[in-house]
Amino acid sequence: MGTTASQLGKDLLSEYQELTFLTKQEILLAHKRFTELLTKDEKDLPNTRVPAERILTLPELKSNPFRKRICHVFSTSEQKDGSLTFEDFLDLLSAFSDSATLEIKSHYAFRIFDFDDDGTLDCGDLEKLVNCLTGETDETRLTTEEMRQLINNILEESDIDKDGTVNLSEFQHVISRSPDFVSSFKIVL
Amino acid sequence: HCCLGVKTLSMKLNAAHPISEQSDPLSLSGRSRGAIISQYYNRTMQLRRRRQSRPAIRDFSRSARPSIRGYGMEVDSTDAEVSKRDRLVNNLQNLSVSDRVRMLRGMPLSVAEKTLQKEKHTLSGSQIPCCSQLKYYIIIGARHSWYSWLNFLHSLQLWQVALKTVSGRFGTGVLSYFLFLKTLLFFNFFLFLVTGAFMVLPQAVHPPVLPAGRSSFSGLELLTGAGYFSDTVMYYGYYSNYTLRKSCRDDGGVQNVSLSNGTRLDCVSKHLSYNMPLAYFFTIGVAFFITCIILVYSMSKSFGQSFRIDKSHSILAMKVLCSWDFKVIKKTSVKLMSENISTQLKELLAEVNQKHVKNTACQKLWRLMVHGLAWTICIGSTTACVLAIYYFSGSRIADNNLLLTEASLLALPVVVSLINLLLPGLFNLAAWMEDYESPSVRTYVAICRNLMLKVSVLGLLCYHWLGRVACWESFVGQELYRFLLMDFIFTLLDTLFGEFLWRLFSEKVLKRRRKPVFDIARNVLELIYGQTLAWLGVLFTPLLPAVQIIKLFLLFYIKKSSVMMNCQAPRKPYRVSQMTTVFITLLCFPSFLGASVCVTITMWSITPSSSCGPFRELKTMFQAGKRWVEELEKDNPNLSVLARAHSYLVENPFFLFVGAGIFLIVIYFHSQVVDGQRKIISLLQEQIENEGEDKKFLITRLQSIHEKKRTPARRLTSQVSLCCSGALQQLFLSKAKTISITWPPLSSYVFFFIYFSFRTSAVEIPTSSRQASSVL
Repeated sequence: MGTTASQLGKDLLSEYQELTFLTKQEILLAHKRFTELLTKDEKDLPNTRVPAERILTLPELKSNPFRKRICHVFSTSEQKDGSLTFEDFLDLLSAFSDSATLEIKSHYAFRIFDFDDDGTLDCGDLEKLVNCLTGETDETRLTTEEMRQLINNILEESDIDKDGTVNLSEFQHVISRSPDFVSSFKIVL
Repeated sequence: HCCLGVKTLSMKLNAAHPISEQSDPLSLSGRSRGAIISQYYNRTMQLRRRRQSRPAIRDFSRSARPSIRGYGMEVDSTDAEVSKRDRLVNNLQNLSVSDRVRMLRGMPLSVAEKTLQKEKHTLSGSQIPCCSQLKYYIIIGARHSWYSWLNFLHSLQLWQVALKTVSGRFGTGVLSYFLFLKTLLFFNFFLFLVTGAFMVLPQAVHPPVLPAGRSSFSGLELLTGAGYFSDTVMYYGYYSNYTLRKSCRDDGGVQNVSLSNGTRLDCVSKHLSYNMPLAYFFTIGVAFFITCIILVYSMSKSFGQSFRIDKSHSILAMKVLCSWDFKVIKKTSVKLMSENISTQLKELLAEVNQKHVKNTACQKLWRLMVHGLAWTICIGSTTACVLAIYYFSGSRIADNNLLLTEASLLALPVVVSLINLLLPGLFNLAAWMEDYESPSVRTYVAICRNLMLKVSVLGLLCYHWLGRVACWESFVGQELYRFLLMDFIFTLLDTLFGEFLWRLFSEKVLKRRRKPVFDIARNVLELIYGQTLAWLGVLFTPLLPAVQIIKLFLLFYIKKSSVMMNCQAPRKPYRVSQMTTVFITLLCFPSFLGASVCVTITMWSITPSSSCGPFRELKTMFQAGKRWVEELEKDNPNLSVLARAHSYLVENPFFLFVGAGIFLIVIYFHSQVVDGQRKIISLLQEQIENEGEDKKFLITRLQSIHEKKRTPARRLTSQVSLCCSGALQQLFLSKAKTISITWPPLSSYVFFFIYFSFRTSAVEIPTSSRQASSVL
């Protein structure tokens, strides 16, 4: 089940509308942009899987420091290589859309920030997260001492059961306190 | 088509993705597919219970214990071996369609796992217990039409590409200004439609007799609004004070004869008649009322989204986890955002880890003096400007040259706009002198001072305009048109000088690397000021919303190009939701409330001018409505109830007082509830911490005992831990339930948070975790 040639059937369209938070125009636009990424041969195959490098050429993802994690999280491939089918792409857009609920967004945000995929945000995850946020250059990166202090402060503030990691509920608790999260966790094609 | 989809969901799940039921609850911290399905099975079960009404007790057999009455869910084909997935699918099938769609969308599984298969399955009649076939098709049809309506609305979205470009480069903060502009555009569009359809159009189709000596069109009218425009449908004075009838004109080109409300004439038309004064009065009233409702609704929605009970603690965690703006896509902007976040993190770290230095008494006094001086400067300059406007408006330049007299009408608007432009700069200097620590306090103080200035200026102007000139309503309308236009021209000049030339200056002369920052608060306040003028003027100039629409349209493109060329995003952290709520509140309270109070006072108590306009012979404008009700009562005595209701509800202020009193009581009650919940949350947090400590203590103790005596201690461990976790879980659940009655979203977070924190803390005692979850 997936996209066949270049047109999306009406049934498929309404089905996607029911299962995701996207409107019809957004789904059609997503389809158009996705097919632009396919090569000529791949266009005829149903259910093609686009490798991560091509997905990352999209301007909406190109400069995002979390782009590799985003592809990894939404990918359903067995090889865990970050390749996306059209439906994975729709999942991505649906989680990042305007009408997605806070719960969906926080769930996926947690998975994106969980760099080692172990289900919790421990010190290593937090360190990688902060490095992604502050960028590549040396003057913006935090020193080791600052990083240690920062991670201690974060764990002190958000780790309520004191197990040294931030699990999903604690993460959602922190997120629910910030009203700007929903508006900043958005990607629009 | 949707019911069958869910049925095939289970087949798809079973066939294509053999999910191993994760025995280790810790994998993805309970977020494996199996755990998600379990969670959503529980949720659908709760939803089904809630949706079904309680059956009567007598329908149950005597032996059925109350706790196991499943409210009719025994009809489910619950086979013992049916897996959780099938039970979830079963639950989903039995929900109503909208609930099902909402649940499906909300599940954090991929589309591939939720997708339908292509084969159609026929639905047996028993699959739809509640609806007949016809009702089913009607519901499906209604949902399709609702989706098509939503799609149509979505396709009408204005400026999608432009907004995306702006947000891609500057982020959500600057975007909020443009979204605010779009909101104002829709308000004005609505006003324009209403006034255009009910006031302008009928009057344009039936033009009244015009006085002789109308001036011809010269270009100055576009600026002053007077001259040729003063006898057009644009202003109040043009509107007729009689009932418009169609037939008299068709009979041999006889001029439209004026009727006063009482007398009859021989050419009574059989066609529809249109009572102009009544239409004028009611249109303005209804338009304001609907605008009020829309404003209050959007304000409460925005407030609900941005209000947070407990703000203090997790600043750093919030900064790290929530502050990345995924909308920004331009590479340089991403780099800039990274730099900003890095700077803010370093500042926050320094602040959090530093001991707060207490100011000495001398320093406190000094700061107080500086604040006092700044406020004196601001208030003094505001008063000086207001007095200047007062004296300036008193003087009138009279000259022989008509053109010059007309042009001198522009003097007052120019002065006011100049003051509005320059004085905020002075306020900024004063704020720079005061040197506030927190940027949000600084923003609020700036907003406060600007508001003070604008309110006093507008208040003075309102006082100045009322009842001075003959046909003063048209004059006021023209003045407001001029003010609006001048405001627009000065905004253009400010964009040109403040942004474009300043950027050139700072790059070439000051050799700064960075472009000037786009001041969101100041620009939004200017928009609000313009909108206040538009709302004040609708009563006197029914076409003013159209002028405002054109102005906002042009302003959007000009500001967008200016921002893209000249500015950069704000460096200080900008709290978007909070500021948007503040701006909508400012739009509602001083702006709209002030305008509607002025309009209400004008309609209620001020005598309309006797030479022009639709309320010529009446004592107040309100009399138009009253007279109509009296006429209705005269014609039809059965409607006296309506007349009496009208006189009690509308004229008697007692009703308004009672309504306002009830409103205040409800608000007080809700604020007390919120306070109580705040206390409960802190108590629960303490208890969870204590529980974690207790568990750690117990485990270490028991492990030490276990070291000494092997086998019996193991059983003891699991039992003790189980009873601890079970009992405390019960306690927390009961506490959480009391919250859930009062505030569902918060309670669901707290509830699930407690549940999951116990799931994870039970890792050390794997034997008890399953038992603990069964307790829940």
